[in-house]
Amino acid sequence: MSTVHDVIIIGSGPAGYTAAIYAARANLKPVVFEGSFEGGGALMNTTEVENYPGFAEGIMGPELMDQMRKQAERFGAELITDDATAVDLTGEVKIVKDSYDKEYHAKTVILAMGSGYRKLGLPDEERLSGRGVSWCATCDGAFFRDKPIAVIGGGDSAVEEATFLSRFGSKVVIVHRRDELRASKIMQDRAMRDPKIEFAWNSVVERINGANSVESITLKDTHTGELRDLDVKGVFIAIGHDPRSALVKDQVHTDAEGYVLVDGRSTATNVPGVFACGDLVDHTYRQAITAAGSGCSAALDAERYLQALEDAVPMAVSA
Amino acid sequence: MAVTDVTEKTFVDEVLMAGQLVVVDYWADWCSPCKQIAPIIDELSREFVDVKFVKVDTNTNPNLAAEQGVLSLPTLQFIQGGRVVKSLTGGKTKGALKKVIDELR
Repeated sequence: MSTVHDVIIIGSGPAGYTAAIYAARANLKPVVFEGSFEGGGALMNTTEVENYPGFAEGIMGPELMDQMRKQAERFGAELITDDATAVDLTGEVKIVKDSYDKEYHAKTVILAMGSGYRKLGLPDEERLSGRGVSWCATCDGAFFRDKPIAVIGGGDSAVEEATFLSRFGSKVVIVHRRDELRASKIMQDRAMRDPKIEFAWNSVVERINGANSVESITLKDTHTGELRDLDVKGVFIAIGHDPRSALVKDQVHTDAEGYVLVDGRSTATNVPGVFACGDLVDHTYRQAITAAGSGCSAALDAERYLQALEDAVPMAVSA
Repeated sequence: MAVTDVTEKTFVDEVLMAGQLVVVDYWADWCSPCKQIAPIIDELSREFVDVKFVKVDTNTNPNLAAEQGVLSLPTLQFIQGGRVVKSLTGGKTKGALKKVIDELR
């Protein structure tokens, strides 16, 4: 059998890298699956991070992630730029496969896959992604100068995006399925006062239209079922996030929304030796610093678990 | 090989008419994931000497970006024989890009 590692970490946001830093410093030689495309996690698509303690002047999201990555590497974490495509977490030795079907074995696994932007689930959404459909106003907003834009959603992030986009677009229409926003009062007031922001209440997106780029969206009235077209060149989707738990949801307990469940204040899942941290677990706070904090907890929990294994079986099977 | 700037004027000659795989990095100074990708592109350009790496400043070449349907940054286009064979948007890791280039060249 191949090497049995102490720890495999799946994910490379603040939770994954912090777990890697702590595990590496505990001499556990963690193997980190960073992911083939989305390495660095949610902060890779942000601009200035102004609330991460220790950076008085703020720091760029990608720069912060690069620093965490280097810190993990410096203490000996083995970083693998690939996706974990299959796992078997049930046994005493856990198996994780990369995209080439190569197997990695470990006594513990730390899950830190984070969350992804929730999609509308429309057939043309993927095709027109990067062609007018966007999840990142700060990245793409400037391409829609003097053009009509739609923002889908009614929470804080939707309203924040709309307010940001109104500096570029000819107008910004907030499309929301209810007749009032969920966003905080201060954000709502800002949007209501903005002369460029309009609202399409009680509306859901039925279709996104356009051959090579977005030309319009078709809205459906949630009360009457009536359809109408709205001419927009940009569609910014801000309807929340979903935990990336698809890989493990058949093996560890998750809640109705797919968040991995952990035991109390710890990071232990229902499967011995499997720990979870970061946005994969967290409905509530979803901050870089809380993710980093729970990554630290996961590494310490894994370390204790490994210690207990050794104590329980003095003549442990050789690794 | 260094990563050269191409513009609306030079795009056809430098990119579409090139005899090898060309990687085009569309960027802007306000795009922070672009700042993360730029040094990776620099490194890749030294590792893959048979591939041409160029960058397009979308601030100064808005028409080119529009013509190429670039509505998201960073966008990386992989062009072969004047045709876009692959296009990626968003922040990417070096390993991920290496994999794509290896498959295309």
